[in-house]
Amino acid sequence: MDAVRNDNPFAVAPRGDNPFAKITDNVSRIVEAERPPRAWYIAFGIALMLLTIFLSAITYLAWEGIGVWGNMIPVAWAFDIINFVFWIGIGHAGTLISAILFLLRQNWRTSINRFAEAMTIFAVICAAIFPGVHIGRPWLPYYMMPIPNQMEMWPQFRSPLEWDIFAVSTYATISILFWYMGMIPDFATFRDRSKTAIRRFLYGIVAMGWRGSSRQWHRYERAYLILAALATPLVLSVHSVVSFDFATAQLPGWHATIFPPYFVAGAIFGGFAMVVTLAVPARQLFGLKRIITIDHLELMNKILIATGLMVGYAYGMEFFVAWYSGSMYEGFTFINRAFGQYAWAYWTMIFCNVVTPQLHWFPKIRRNPWATWVIGVIINIGMWFERFVIIVTSLARDFLPSSWGYYVPTFVDYMMLGGSFGLFFTLFLLFCRYLPMVAMAEVKAFHPSVLSHGHGHGEHHGESHDAPVAAHAGH
Amino acid sequence: MSDHKNDESSSTGSVPLHGLLAEYETPWQLVDASKKVRDARYQRWDTFTPFPVHGIDRAMGIRMTILPWIVLVAGLTGLASAILLQWWTNSFDYPWIVSGKPLFSIPANVPIMFEMTVLFSGITTLVGMLMLNGLPHPSHPLDLKERFARATDDRFFLLIEASDPKFDAKQTRALLETTGAAVLDEVLEDRVTSDRLPKIVTYGMIILTTAAMIPLALAAKARYTKSRDPRIHLIGDMDWQPKYKAQRQNPVFDDTRAQREPVAGTIAVGDLREDDHYFRGKVDDEFARTFPFQLPLTQQTVERGQERYGIYCAPCHGLLGDGRGMVTQRAESLIDSGRGRGMAWVEPTNVNQAHIAAQPVGQLFDTITNGIRTMPAYGPQIPTEDRWAIVMYVRALQKKNGAAAAPAPAPTPAPAPPTQTPEPGSNAP
Repeated sequence: MDAVRNDNPFAVAPRGDNPFAKITDNVSRIVEAERPPRAWYIAFGIALMLLTIFLSAITYLAWEGIGVWGNMIPVAWAFDIINFVFWIGIGHAGTLISAILFLLRQNWRTSINRFAEAMTIFAVICAAIFPGVHIGRPWLPYYMMPIPNQMEMWPQFRSPLEWDIFAVSTYATISILFWYMGMIPDFATFRDRSKTAIRRFLYGIVAMGWRGSSRQWHRYERAYLILAALATPLVLSVHSVVSFDFATAQLPGWHATIFPPYFVAGAIFGGFAMVVTLAVPARQLFGLKRIITIDHLELMNKILIATGLMVGYAYGMEFFVAWYSGSMYEGFTFINRAFGQYAWAYWTMIFCNVVTPQLHWFPKIRRNPWATWVIGVIINIGMWFERFVIIVTSLARDFLPSSWGYYVPTFVDYMMLGGSFGLFFTLFLLFCRYLPMVAMAEVKAFHPSVLSHGHGHGEHHGESHDAPVAAHAGH
Repeated sequence: MSDHKNDESSSTGSVPLHGLLAEYETPWQLVDASKKVRDARYQRWDTFTPFPVHGIDRAMGIRMTILPWIVLVAGLTGLASAILLQWWTNSFDYPWIVSGKPLFSIPANVPIMFEMTVLFSGITTLVGMLMLNGLPHPSHPLDLKERFARATDDRFFLLIEASDPKFDAKQTRALLETTGAAVLDEVLEDRVTSDRLPKIVTYGMIILTTAAMIPLALAAKARYTKSRDPRIHLIGDMDWQPKYKAQRQNPVFDDTRAQREPVAGTIAVGDLREDDHYFRGKVDDEFARTFPFQLPLTQQTVERGQERYGIYCAPCHGLLGDGRGMVTQRAESLIDSGRGRGMAWVEPTNVNQAHIAAQPVGQLFDTITNGIRTMPAYGPQIPTEDRWAIVMYVRALQKKNGAAAAPAPAPTPAPAPPTQTPEPGSNAP
């Protein structure tokens, strides 16, 4: 598309005399290069700076107590829980791409699933920090685990907050297992291409002696299918459980049966927005345009339209139910949400989440990488505001007018919000540099040259299938 | 590509043969070769590919793995563990009573049952896959073949092991030659890679294992020894908080008071006692001769006064108001029996005396509220309305006992005082 740029070693075509070797080289050279592009250093520097801010804010918080936040009765949950729900939602797109699209035989997912999964794990790490520090005594979160102790104290298993602990920790574990298992064959590729002993040793350790045996591939693929089948209901359950934190409370604006599907749709929406936000610069920077093509971006943008409409429907339905229920408190909450003191947040959310994605109806916009990126960033902002609107507007105007308040975040709140992006991008940039950013084995398996060829079941060479992508997904 | 006849490395020594390795350029060549090897009924052979080649399972005759059944068992174990965990902790070992909910009910426990089912299944899937595949598998004779590194890149390999019962150096080679292999090569057993761990790894593991025991040993020692020292407070702010404790100074505020003064110029709701007649029994600084308008002049009020009189006044003044209450009788019996040596007792006032009956009701109210001589103040104990009810009952007692006072209390309450603001919330006449 654009000319070869001198400062980017990845702008040239990958080496190799066959399509498989080209894929290998295209992905491996990112890790094997002497040094990454200059843009990587700049981004990494900024990310490290934000990470330092994050760690300082957490240290200050642990030292001083959560009074350093702006949370004040009646708004007892604010940036801490907003950021938690925001990050955990981001993660959902990764699992959706790696598990649900796998079960649905959407083979285009192979080029983006690896870094979507990485994004999931880093987002879950960012998310897990917030409930960990918001409990006030961040050295005691193990109280929430069922550990036998001298106080004979057990967790309360009928509380949605306890369900959260199990849902998020299970989600993190399964995501890491899924991610790691997917990388084993690619680690083996790195190991076999390594030029130095230490590189060979380190990638060899994590590749566990994988040599691509077909008997192992058989069990591997079965395990992958099982994990996908497990992760699919899991990802739906995680944000449902997160929504229970709100839906089981009796606060108007939270107490709604629409919350689980509404939260899941919003999570996928926000997560896909984050995937395109990361994919556009990554494919540019690391020369992955042949693997993550414009067609892939377009497919993701179509999912953004679909999930954006679902989220918009949920916003409308909340208002309808508030009116239809006849509950004066519900009615007040929603009128107040749209026209009260936080109207600016509400209309920011509507603009970012409902209006902006409609631009993707135009093929010119949804096939333009940088337009895609801008819209992705706007949607991320909108999804953060969605959680702000749900949490803060409902709490600030509760049942007793005498306790009404107005939430104002403090400097530490902003440091923790910005700093969590530092943690996320630090991990993501390290991932880009040291781990296989694209699932090479999966991309090769679905390469057109493999798919268009006769491949077993007694056919002879040269017999091509009429519907290559759809027909070859099954194993 | 290259001529496979050249690779006659078996003649280089006594290293035994591991197997024959054929290399192919395309996956479908490998699939066809696999069918031939399968049909020749070889058992110890395998193919190596950079990605899962579709259809090779059938071409090689690979049977379905038992992994899904292992995962099923693990999932059911997770489900059962979750049920047991929640039942045992929340309804058996320490029954948690929350909002009158049942101690154990399936719906509230479903989320954790689901999560633990998935958790157990997921971990078992990965671990089971690795174990069934014999991974980790650090070293393999194939690793010595430089060209085999392309098995994870772009080439497709087929290995028939020499340990296969049907293996025959010539026949097997002939079979593979018919499959169109790009390269056909012999693989020797690995006599290069050491089976022993490097010494530094061995010693490192010994040292680490030993060091890992130290905390456990300290914990075990602490468990079986007694100490007079207080336990270690790693983070002490929960134990030593800046807060008020009974009979101490309050460290939180400069004036060390625990009870805070109200904001200057403010009065708490209900504490505005502007109505002198009702709260102090006075009208224009003279004792009131009438009952305040807040007090309903009804039979219930007198009965309320009788009940309160019985509780607060009768122990000393007696049920008849004659000063012969139980406390008086007890004191006299102690003095009479000689047990109350050195004791003096002043008999409480007989409220039926004429000079008492002549007192205005406001004065009686004031006496009850603030006390007089040896009688303590009852204002802090008895609510205002009840004190007035007691006054009304005392008046009734005096009347009953013929202590005809000069002017009997006015039969009607005073009209609502025009100069006073009525107490908010009090019952107006």
